[in-house]
Amino acid sequence: MSDCRRQWNREDELPVYLARPVTTGPNQRQKSYGMFSSVEGAFDSKTIDFDSYAVGRKGSRTPRSGSRERILDREYFCQTANEAGDNRGGSIISSQGDQDNGRPRAGILQPPGTDNHTSQGEGALQLLRGTRNTSEQLLIRGGRVINDDQSVYADVSVENGVIKQVGENLTVPEGVRVIEANGRMVIPGGIDVNTCFQKPYLSTVPVDDFFQGTKAAVAGGTTMIIDHVTPQPGDSLLEAFERWQEVADKRVCCDYSLHVDIPQWHNGVKEELELLVQEKGVNSFQVHMAYKDLLQMTDSQLYEAFLALKEMGAVVLVHAENGDLVAQEQSKILGMGITGPEGHPLSRPEELESEAVFRAITLGNRVNCPIYITKVMSKSAADIVTQARRKGSVVFGEPITASLVTDGSHYWSKNWAKAAAYVTSPPLSPDPTTPDYLHSLLACGDLQVVGSAHCAYSTSQKAIGKDNFTLIPEGTNGVEERMGFVWDKAVAMGKMDENQFVAVTSTNAAKIFNLYPRKGRIAVGSDADIVIWDPDKIKTITAKMQQSAVEYNIFEGMECRGGPVLVLSQGRIVYEEGKLHVQPGTGRFIPRKPFPDSIYQRIKIRDKMMGKQGVSRGIYDGPVYDVPATPKYITPAPSAKTSPTSHQPPPIRNLHQSNFSLSGAQIDDNVPRRSGHRIVAPPGGRSNITSLG
Amino acid sequence: MSYQGKKNIPKITSDRLLIKGGRIVNDDQSFHADIYMEDGLIKQIGDNLIVPGGVKIIEANGKMVIPGGIDIHTHFQMPYRGTTTVDDFGQGSKAALAGGTTMFVDHVVPEPGSSLLEAFEHWREWAEEKACCDYSLHVDITHWNDSVKQEVESLIKEKGVNSFQVYLAYKDLYQMSNSELYEIFTFLGEQGAIAQVHAENGEIIAQEQARMLEMGITGPEGHVLSRPEELEAEAVFRAITIASQTNCPLYVTRVMSKSAADIISQARKKGNVVFGEPITASLGTDGTHYWSKNWAKAASFVTSPPLSPDPTTPDYLNTLLASGDLNVTGSAHCTFSVAQKAIGKDDFTQIPEGVNGVEERMSLIWDKAVVTGKMDENMFVAVTSTNAAKILNLYPRKGRIAVGSDSDLVIWDPDSVRTVTAKTHHSAAEYNVFEGLELRGAPMLVICQGKIVFEDGNLHATSGTGRFIPCSPFPDFAYKRVKARKQLALLRAVPRGMYDGPVAEFSPMSRGGTPSASARTSPTKTAPVRNLHQSGFSLAGPEEAPIRPGGRRIVVPPGGRSNITSLS
Repeated sequence: MSDCRRQWNREDELPVYLARPVTTGPNQRQKSYGMFSSVEGAFDSKTIDFDSYAVGRKGSRTPRSGSRERILDREYFCQTANEAGDNRGGSIISSQGDQDNGRPRAGILQPPGTDNHTSQGEGALQLLRGTRNTSEQLLIRGGRVINDDQSVYADVSVENGVIKQVGENLTVPEGVRVIEANGRMVIPGGIDVNTCFQKPYLSTVPVDDFFQGTKAAVAGGTTMIIDHVTPQPGDSLLEAFERWQEVADKRVCCDYSLHVDIPQWHNGVKEELELLVQEKGVNSFQVHMAYKDLLQMTDSQLYEAFLALKEMGAVVLVHAENGDLVAQEQSKILGMGITGPEGHPLSRPEELESEAVFRAITLGNRVNCPIYITKVMSKSAADIVTQARRKGSVVFGEPITASLVTDGSHYWSKNWAKAAAYVTSPPLSPDPTTPDYLHSLLACGDLQVVGSAHCAYSTSQKAIGKDNFTLIPEGTNGVEERMGFVWDKAVAMGKMDENQFVAVTSTNAAKIFNLYPRKGRIAVGSDADIVIWDPDKIKTITAKMQQSAVEYNIFEGMECRGGPVLVLSQGRIVYEEGKLHVQPGTGRFIPRKPFPDSIYQRIKIRDKMMGKQGVSRGIYDGPVYDVPATPKYITPAPSAKTSPTSHQPPPIRNLHQSNFSLSGAQIDDNVPRRSGHRIVAPPGGRSNITSLG
Repeated sequence: MSYQGKKNIPKITSDRLLIKGGRIVNDDQSFHADIYMEDGLIKQIGDNLIVPGGVKIIEANGKMVIPGGIDIHTHFQMPYRGTTTVDDFGQGSKAALAGGTTMFVDHVVPEPGSSLLEAFEHWREWAEEKACCDYSLHVDITHWNDSVKQEVESLIKEKGVNSFQVYLAYKDLYQMSNSELYEIFTFLGEQGAIAQVHAENGEIIAQEQARMLEMGITGPEGHVLSRPEELEAEAVFRAITIASQTNCPLYVTRVMSKSAADIISQARKKGNVVFGEPITASLGTDGTHYWSKNWAKAASFVTSPPLSPDPTTPDYLNTLLASGDLNVTGSAHCTFSVAQKAIGKDDFTQIPEGVNGVEERMSLIWDKAVVTGKMDENMFVAVTSTNAAKILNLYPRKGRIAVGSDSDLVIWDPDSVRTVTAKTHHSAAEYNVFEGLELRGAPMLVICQGKIVFEDGNLHATSGTGRFIPCSPFPDFAYKRVKARKQLALLRAVPRGMYDGPVAEFSPMSRGGTPSASARTSPTKTAPVRNLHQSGFSLAGPEEAPIRPGGRRIVVPPGGRSNITSLS
């Protein structure tokens, strides 16, 4: 609670290690709290030169240490050029140095010396022949193929959107386009498991729709997204799903799949869920423990929902926050006159997140249902997930780009629009050590998947809550920055290796949501969603140059090392050297089957093991205290015991006088029971089970 | 009984006592000294005391003299579906005295919907009539609304109750929703009371019970199967979260499992003001007996939360008690006869819940913790008596041997060995859950209100001699920290200019039907309830309100320019 009082905006009073950088402008470097926390401008020397560590490196290449480029600039211009109709497809891109020099440079500050750092290694992608989008065949030659289990040097040939061959010295027919990877990393395209490109909020929809959003995804090296279908309470899930699918089919430019949120739990929902699972290819559903009176479910409903979903073989996604307490805190904070975005984290302290995570896991354990926690935002919630995994629970945790990169101190920004841009639920933790901590857990496997929870609202949409923080639409950006920042914060820091990087950004997601090995792996037969990754690419995040349409990028000014150079989606080049070649509607809906092996194998075995048996005893034949129909003592009372709510005016309570039970009505329904009957001495005579010995 | 044997009527010979040659053991130190008592109070402590003639002298012969035990959790004479527990206040307090406990705190359990004050008066009446030692009362809050709130306030201010129990279990009966808990904790925190919780997730239990019955499990083993310890841990965790949000000290009654105890010790490490109370049963036995072939035996162990089937639990809890992670011990003594338990012979959910333990409590802890070397004698005094007195705000009147304290003390014999059996115990129950357990350590002599009530195995207790001891709010033990935090926990808004940028069009009512926007901020309850307390809405406590300019907003600063919406 004391955390809440911190006034992060008063920079001068903060200790050095917490202060914001004093410089402003697009090139400002975000202070890193990582283990290699660096001095401004000292990044050249700490750049890890992976080539010098690579074992069995193929071919000799010029070292690229010291190279540093602002590829981003080019990205921006290429994009503008592209959109202006200047079709540069098929043009041979020569070395980046040439491009850099030949390009106009408007308004963007470049650090001195950038131009000098051009190298052949950096601009290694050379298109030898062929034109884009026409050829259904492709060969990536000389790359280092990185899967979650191993890295090998191999060529990858692609045909009709599927990987045909992986191996050394592959030959392809004449005319097939060959991409020289020159020893770069070739990784499976990222899978972003948590996006909301179409989530309506008070009749407005996010500014990043499916096209804008997937464009951003592709530019960040993500080739598949799983979006949330968010029906309103009372809506039909099926209809909502179809609506989403319809919109997405027209707009997406990479493959996608859909989660369905369950706004309310009732029996009708169950049938719809069955349909969705059996026929529509949805195997994951989100339930909410927050948003009281709107989406929130009670523990009993969660229990039933978990039970039903488990039987269908679905993955249960949980938005974990204690909604009751959030509602209380919100009214308290508003009552104190705090209406700005800082009220958001104040009313949703991380304790409430960890409490809900704990409860969700407890429920999951009882039902033997796998639990997937979306948006792990705080250390304490991550700890709970970790502890539960230690105890053997089948639990998965998904930190998001925002929680992995930035913290909640920005809620106290004097700039309302900036502070509001960070509003998401659960909120970013004000504890600045959180991102680092979550990365460590991600690296050691305690957290498994990285999502982005990309749900971008413009400032004017956020301003719906300008006088009341509870009305600010929730959501941050992150789909574009996701892969880059995991690389920058975890791999470049030495916390994680490249294989684990592939696992958390792609493979684990594919396994959990039953897309593996079609997605999430570079193997023969897998979809040709491939990224050529440049670990040294350095980019400064700024809203001016992003694909997303939001005015505020919450990672504004941060430098990110590592990024895609080339992205293949369905075997087509969709992003190349900072240029997007995408068309809306090219993405496919990928149906997912229930019972993903990676989580349900354990569940199935546990189900068999967990059978319970009663103790076989003789019938109790001793004396039984006779329970009177109406107890004698004190006021009316007894009927109140079964009254559905604990505070009800007496007249209503009397209506229920008949079903008197200590443990609620549902038990009486199940087991017809004679109440308080007394067995007199049995015919046989001796009672053997009540002896007091 | 014309005057009910009240203490203010002096009795000859027994009101002046001198204990010679004992070793006084308090929670902080042990030392050799004589104790002189008069009129139920300790008058002098020291060597070679000068005392009036005609004083009864007790030779302690170097034995330990400890403050009488305080059993902070009992259910004597508790009504249950038209019957009452077999140990009434007389029987129960006699058992307590025989075990070295000279004060107990009973739970008033009002029926949901009935008046707390009335119930309190009932309990007082019953206890007044029969109790043989001093007592105090907790009141359980079994339903929550505005009138209950007022009753709670008057109980705190006028009736001397400073601890209230709420239930997270017993769905549709006692169970409180999270929002209600939040309101209750906020209120108790303001009033200076201790919030006690019965921590189990009632919703899941109800589901599990239905499932067990469906599977055909109707015996007492269903009780423990439907209430796995996870649910206890979950509820403890939730209660701690709510208490920490509302800055209210929390007291977890009946810590029965390792996982629940772990949650408490973790929370204490994080700085939460939380106390855990293991009970005699959880410290002395385990839940394997639920699977006993003898129905009556299995049923006698039924209590909630259930005893953990993990046989290492008692040892673990004793260790945490010794390390100070758990603070007090109760007995949760609530005994039903076999015939009463048999109400649930065909359905475990109907078995009345409760185990014995008031008599065995002190000896059991001595045997399991002190004899095994986990705990020293001072800690023993702390967990059996002193900490309870501190939490109840009765310290140093109770829980300490000092000049001016009540002369409730026990001469403890650490070497006496006895075997617990239902044949010889003082409770009226047919089954003793500790049956056959051999316990080292027992009281040799018990002095209650300056009178010898137990000596060499003989009870000389008189029903109706017990006094109600009122507890005042804001016990230092819990509230010193809470008060300091209240002053620190001021929340402030960020002073910003008005947002003057564009605002997106939005429909105030979302299409989804149900409320939405307004519902998000609506505080759970009906509006009238909240409005009554709107003034007290402050994390910093009501007294801070005038100092803080609530939610001040700096309008356009003198300079003029509003720079807060520039998008750079």
